[in-house]
Amino acid sequence: MLKLDKLVKTYNTGDQALKSVELEIPQGQVLALIGPSGAGKSTLIRCINRLVEPTSGKVYLDGIELTTLGSGALRRERRRMGMIFQEYALVERLTVMENVLSGRLGYVGFWRSFLRRFPQSDVDNAYRLLDRVGLVHMADKRADELSGGQRQRVGICRALIQDPALLLVDEPTASLDPKTSRQIMRLIVELCSERGLAAIINIHDVALAKMFVQRIVGLESGAIVFDGVPDDLTPDMLTHIYGEEDWEATIEKVEDEEQEAAQ
Amino acid sequence: MVTHTQPDGSLKWTRRTTGERMVRWFGWLVGVAVFVYAWNTISQATTWFFVWDAPRIAGDIFGRATPPRWSYIDKLWGPIWDTLNIATLGTIISLFLAVPVAFLAARNTTPSKMFIRPIALLIIVSTRSINSLIWALLLIAIIGPGVFAGIVAIAIRSIGFCAKLLYEAIEEINETQVEAITATGGSRWQVMVYGIVPQILPAFAGIAVFRWDINIRESTVLGLVGAGGIGLQLSASLNVLAWPQVTLILLVILVAVVIGEWVSAKVRGAII
Repeated sequence: MLKLDKLVKTYNTGDQALKSVELEIPQGQVLALIGPSGAGKSTLIRCINRLVEPTSGKVYLDGIELTTLGSGALRRERRRMGMIFQEYALVERLTVMENVLSGRLGYVGFWRSFLRRFPQSDVDNAYRLLDRVGLVHMADKRADELSGGQRQRVGICRALIQDPALLLVDEPTASLDPKTSRQIMRLIVELCSERGLAAIINIHDVALAKMFVQRIVGLESGAIVFDGVPDDLTPDMLTHIYGEEDWEATIEKVEDEEQEAAQ
Repeated sequence: MVTHTQPDGSLKWTRRTTGERMVRWFGWLVGVAVFVYAWNTISQATTWFFVWDAPRIAGDIFGRATPPRWSYIDKLWGPIWDTLNIATLGTIISLFLAVPVAFLAARNTTPSKMFIRPIALLIIVSTRSINSLIWALLLIAIIGPGVFAGIVAIAIRSIGFCAKLLYEAIEEINETQVEAITATGGSRWQVMVYGIVPQILPAFAGIAVFRWDINIRESTVLGLVGAGGIGLQLSASLNVLAWPQVTLILLVILVAVVIGEWVSAKVRGAII
């Protein structure tokens, strides 16, 4: 349902962040995009919803080519792509409810959104989503009163209330502690399977990625160097993506922890 | 910050190199010379007799000015009310005009950095660079003396100040929050209302009360040129050397300014 065709992004500084990336994601597949900092992971997902304009190449979402859309059509397509951010990117001074409802901005006219008169169905939906992530009692709190994990749950609600077909998830756990990270990853993966959503999850925690997804794509210096199931991601492959490091040790350790937690 | 290697091999660190020390020493020398020269020039242009006489004259005026003529207060209620209205209405009008100018001037919200931003910056600089007393003089010539001229003078003078502080606040917002709203498919105006406005609201409220506080002080003197308010009484009393009235007017202004500062401090404290 999502297809990237020879996607290239060269920044004005001359840095080539993406070098002709080809990627195809079927309906409902959750994919983890791994790679070192600066590999172009953030640029890749931002080129899909055009928060960053790609230099060349094409992006197809259910057959619609996104890179040439005008601003109105682009906004309509953005509604179908929910985005979740590293630093949550909630509007800090708005309430949790307002933040969730802001996911409906693409569907609601200016004055209705300005006066916060969202359709009742949207409000019902927002309460359902907040209930699903366990935050319904926080609805009227201001976003900056919440903890990191709670904020990220609100961020997830904001993305889901868009009724998207695809989630673009940018380092969802980078600002969270290890336990909360797993909870958030589990929540994202569960919600995707409940709703049949495809997702691209940028993540630099390889162990976490292997734990939760069926397909991993490795990005290095703007090019895809690995695409396969987690089991194929051998230490040799990781060395190719990230550089020399003792991979067995770090990965085994995390798996041990998980087993301990399960006991 | 220089590290030298001594002959015995140990490292010696000094804050500046010898050259830098010489430059600084020379800078001080020039500074002192300029100060002495300026002092001499001013001294020659001063009639020292009047300066030595100043304490006696000041004492004399103080003697005539006390006690204040308290009964005069009946004639001041109206003018001080006018003054507060000039400050308040002037501030409100200027905020309405300053908000669009600020959005046009901020690098991250301006529609065109090449054309519109320079125009917005020109508005900011030109309104800020002319004192409100001078605006009042101009406006009295155009729309005649009175409170209205004072309101407009205060409003124009405040646009630049408010717009400048506001556009700096707009440029300092967190862009990822804006990105997040853009990513939901919100329109340009929705992004502004949801992504930008909540972030600058505290700054806006702070600027508004700060400027109101300044405008109370500025509007007290507008009457000196005939633009309404308590300054009119002040200039009339000064002209007839009615010192006890002048004292009372100054006290009333002092009280008004103190109240203004107290209110603005409370409001700013409540927002932040």
